[in-house]
Amino acid sequence: MMANSGALALIAWLLPIFSFLVLAIVFPFRRLGRPAAWFSTLCAAGAFASAVLAWRIQSVAAHPVHLVWPWLPTAGKTIADVGVLVDAQSTIMLCLVSLVAFLVQFYSVGYLHDEPAPALGRYYAYQSLFAFSMMGLALAPNLLQLFMCWELVGLCSYLLIGFWYQRPSAARAAVKAFWITKAGDVGMLVGIVMLYRLAGTFDITELHSMAASNALPLAGLSIITFCLYLGAMGKSAQFPFHVWLPDAMEGPTPVSALIHAATMVTAGVYLLVRTDWLFALTPNVLLIVAWIGAFTALLAAVLACVQDDIKRVLAYSTVSQLGYMMTAIGAGVASAGFLHLLTHGLFKALLFLGAGAVIHAVGSNDLPNMGGLARRMPQTALVFIIGTLSLAGIPIFGGYVSKEEILGAVWGAHLTGPFLLLMLVAGLTAFYMFRVVFLAFFGTPARVAAVAHAGAGHTTPPRVAHAALHNEAVVEGAHVNETPHAHEPPATMLLPLWVLAVGTMVVGVMSTFHLGGFAAAEAAGETAPGWLTPTAVGVALAGIALAWATYQMRAVNPESLANAFGPIRSAALRKFWIDDIFEGIYSFVLLGFSRIVGWIDRYLVDGVLNLLSDWTVQAGDELRGIQTGKPQDYVYGIGAGVLVLILLMRLVF
Amino acid sequence: MNGIPLLSIMTWAPFVSAIIIMFCARHRPLLVRLTALAGASVSLVASLIVYVAYDKTMAGFQFHEQLALVPSLGINYLLAIDGMSALLALLTSIIIFAGVFASWTVKERGQEFYALLLLLVTGVYGVFVSLDLFVFFLFYEIAVLPMYLLIGIWGSSGFVKPQGIFGKAMGRTGVGTKEYAAMKLTLYLLFGSAFILVGILALYAEAGSHSFSIIALQQVQFDPTVQKWVFLAFYIGFGILAGIWPLHTWSPDGHASAPTAVSMLHAGVLMKLGAYGVVRLGMGMLPDGMAYWAFLVGTIACINIVYGALSAMAQTDLKYVIAYSSVSHMGVVMLGAATMNVVGLNGAVFQMFAHGIMTGLFFALVGLVYEKAHSRAIFSMGGFGTMMPGIATAFTIAGLSSLGLPATAGFIAEFMTFLGAWSSAHPWWLFPGVIGAFLTAVYVLRVTKQIFWSTQSPDPHFAHLPDAQGPEWAALGILTATLVIFGVAPWIAVGTIDTATTPLIATLPKVAGASLGLLR
Repeated sequence: MMANSGALALIAWLLPIFSFLVLAIVFPFRRLGRPAAWFSTLCAAGAFASAVLAWRIQSVAAHPVHLVWPWLPTAGKTIADVGVLVDAQSTIMLCLVSLVAFLVQFYSVGYLHDEPAPALGRYYAYQSLFAFSMMGLALAPNLLQLFMCWELVGLCSYLLIGFWYQRPSAARAAVKAFWITKAGDVGMLVGIVMLYRLAGTFDITELHSMAASNALPLAGLSIITFCLYLGAMGKSAQFPFHVWLPDAMEGPTPVSALIHAATMVTAGVYLLVRTDWLFALTPNVLLIVAWIGAFTALLAAVLACVQDDIKRVLAYSTVSQLGYMMTAIGAGVASAGFLHLLTHGLFKALLFLGAGAVIHAVGSNDLPNMGGLARRMPQTALVFIIGTLSLAGIPIFGGYVSKEEILGAVWGAHLTGPFLLLMLVAGLTAFYMFRVVFLAFFGTPARVAAVAHAGAGHTTPPRVAHAALHNEAVVEGAHVNETPHAHEPPATMLLPLWVLAVGTMVVGVMSTFHLGGFAAAEAAGETAPGWLTPTAVGVALAGIALAWATYQMRAVNPESLANAFGPIRSAALRKFWIDDIFEGIYSFVLLGFSRIVGWIDRYLVDGVLNLLSDWTVQAGDELRGIQTGKPQDYVYGIGAGVLVLILLMRLVF
Repeated sequence: MNGIPLLSIMTWAPFVSAIIIMFCARHRPLLVRLTALAGASVSLVASLIVYVAYDKTMAGFQFHEQLALVPSLGINYLLAIDGMSALLALLTSIIIFAGVFASWTVKERGQEFYALLLLLVTGVYGVFVSLDLFVFFLFYEIAVLPMYLLIGIWGSSGFVKPQGIFGKAMGRTGVGTKEYAAMKLTLYLLFGSAFILVGILALYAEAGSHSFSIIALQQVQFDPTVQKWVFLAFYIGFGILAGIWPLHTWSPDGHASAPTAVSMLHAGVLMKLGAYGVVRLGMGMLPDGMAYWAFLVGTIACINIVYGALSAMAQTDLKYVIAYSSVSHMGVVMLGAATMNVVGLNGAVFQMFAHGIMTGLFFALVGLVYEKAHSRAIFSMGGFGTMMPGIATAFTIAGLSSLGLPATAGFIAEFMTFLGAWSSAHPWWLFPGVIGAFLTAVYVLRVTKQIFWSTQSPDPHFAHLPDAQGPEWAALGILTATLVIFGVAPWIAVGTIDTATTPLIATLPKVAGASLGLLR
């Protein structure tokens, strides 16, 4: 039975790489497009099935399963393995990853059905590689494998953000995402290397037992955990490294759902959850984690309030929720962060896929171009609202319990500052999400008349790939589809939405009423003060009410609401200049410095060399004059030389 | 396998095919290419057999061949390989095999081109397999000299326009032309050879045993002062070829001007001769010298890494970018060697292999892009990914290996080097290393995005460009596959390297401040 869960996890992990290899190597098959897509989806389904089985077995098993093969030998011994570490944590992560991966691949068949066949095949090759890498990350038995998969998911993110690379914004966003996460990854690599010198192993189990038995020297450990946290900051979009995530929305929407909401961006949180016993040894770093997490949550929530692009609202919301998870870890209750990771994975994937259905129908990302969609696409509206309520933390919905646990944990750790920030964020979250709901699904399209002029606005470049769907006008001009033509998406897209909605509800109901596995978790968890839950829910309801009053009833004029926060709003519209700072670092510091070094190389290092060689040639030219060819001159020369020698002998000796 | 002189076959097969090309295949272009391919194939098969048949449990030097040349002076034709040279011989085989395909379209004086190329390769093999310093030096010169003709005749001139305070001198020396590049490269390397020759003769005289054998000289305990100065001579001499700062400037000009296959060989393999020389001759025979100069070697390597990467970022000519990236990556090799522990040295040797394949692939691709688009100016090109997906994909993979992405050979090499650096006596070497890795990500992806994965350039010259064709696919396929295979399954190389590096490191003196006894 024990070996089974290992084998099942291994199967779940290897099925996507099998799919990737087939698609990568058998390129005529890949170029067929749809068959390749279904093949990849089938492999993902298989992976999900074995992941669930592995989880069922492992959730009742007493010991984790450790299956490894030697990978990197040095000095006659193995310094690193590859394999799987199957325990309750990794299998549940595996389930989440494979479920969302499968649903997203299924959904993409409908979403990308107008994509040319070779491009579709390429998309699914990347998707398979991503699923493999992310599962390898979840199952990693050592930090080296974790890091390698970490980099590979970064690669897949780069490839998929830049999937429509002919669009300059997509090409730029892909590179930006890679660079900024790479900056964090460099820190993480340093941390792993330093940890190896300290502990002599990469193996998570061994490190854990060393930490448990106080065998790890504490000197320098803070630097190591901070370096690891740097990697997590890059991947999980913590301030100031959050700037890449909103831009990553240039990728296809299903990619945003999978990579930039449910799985890859949570890798940083997962890393900290996996090594929480290591971070527990360095409370000073945990404090940094908590404060940066809470600050990130607030910053992103404020930014989300001023976005008009539905995907960007969701992206900032993801950043904000990642901040939530990080704060929980910083408070020392990694399990709360992990629970929120799981529930967030479900409902945020739901929200993104729902947004994808909306974009698919409307042909635009811009909220002002939407409105009244609830009548046109009631099912989408319903599941989207389920996701929104979950995100807002309303009881019986998915995100409620995990959010309460985080707030309780942060309060329990006496982190009053972060706690207040998170409370504020809870209200903002409800506000900006219901702003989206009211603007997109209720009311009337605000800018239908103005659309013809605004379609080519800079905020939303014409979505070439989406535009082809359903409306010729979108392709030919920069016009945006009028919402009356919008309709429900095809079944391939609706089905994943319902699966995720039901999943969110099941988790929500079970956790709210402490059913199933949540009963034990609740009993073990520390008790939060009684006022906490009503307050948090009240704050969320207040946010909803404000959004309702502003965007539905129009009782509050949105303009005057905006003006009330004038300076903050205008700063938020400029993204608090953080993107500009990164841009400046790139253009002026990096490129400027490189130009200086390039100049030094060409004109100083090489210049000295050229000067020497030029002098040599010049000197040769000059000295050539001595060789006159006249015997008299040579005799004079010899005579002079002899004279000098004699004089020297006389004087020196 | 006993009785078959595999190493000699491997070494001389290219030479024989060069002779055949010159005397039997004149003016028959296809025959020239097939003969060259045959020669390269024989070497490839021989080196594969040697690599696979190398007995890892026995370790040490294997496949001995000996023939007395000048007994009175103790000069022997003595060949053998260990784990390190077996891998590097395999690297040479892969690069020349791919290089023959990559230069399939050379039109002008095809037979001379191939003959010189193969002659050069014989020299390279010879350096890797000889254990006699005299023969070693002979082969070394054979490997260096044909380059002058190869660049001077078949090369291409760059777009460098000298300006500023040194502009006048640079203009007079002819910066940017292929003749200048060929002359600069040759003079620079011969300048280095002089140091090597002095070093070799000093060791021969000092040992007084009338033997040029590396194995014999390794047994001799040289006086520390001698070690110190001879190591410095070797470091400068071989270091020039390995592109150490500030003696690297022959490399960008040379590599940018050289024809495709020559750039592949030179950056891919010849620069490794330099690093190999430092490790085999410097570290192997002069352990105290190594320990004395380790700080200098490692620090200059760090300068190489960061300085090379920043210089690469500043370039606008695609070939110069790749050439400067070699300067940066060779810094990783030298850094690994300077760590003086097994994991670092393994990283160095692995980086020699990884960088060889990677840069060979890069130069092959740059050659292909130039052949099709007739441009090397990065910022005039754009959006080639749609038209040449094969080339674009291979370029991206090479770039990813270059920035040290896991599942490519580059990661394994850099990771082991960094691990070694942090465990060495000077842990701070780690930081320039990782900064270099980040800078590489910046310039490689910037270039990749600009040329391949962006909007189509409006220039009508770039409207219809073909992808790689026929034999070119072979070159790209072999090199790309090698990069990925060695990245996914590093043990097939590291296990072999380890048999050579572990005993080598064991001879070095212990250094204060270094950690991890288990890595020594």
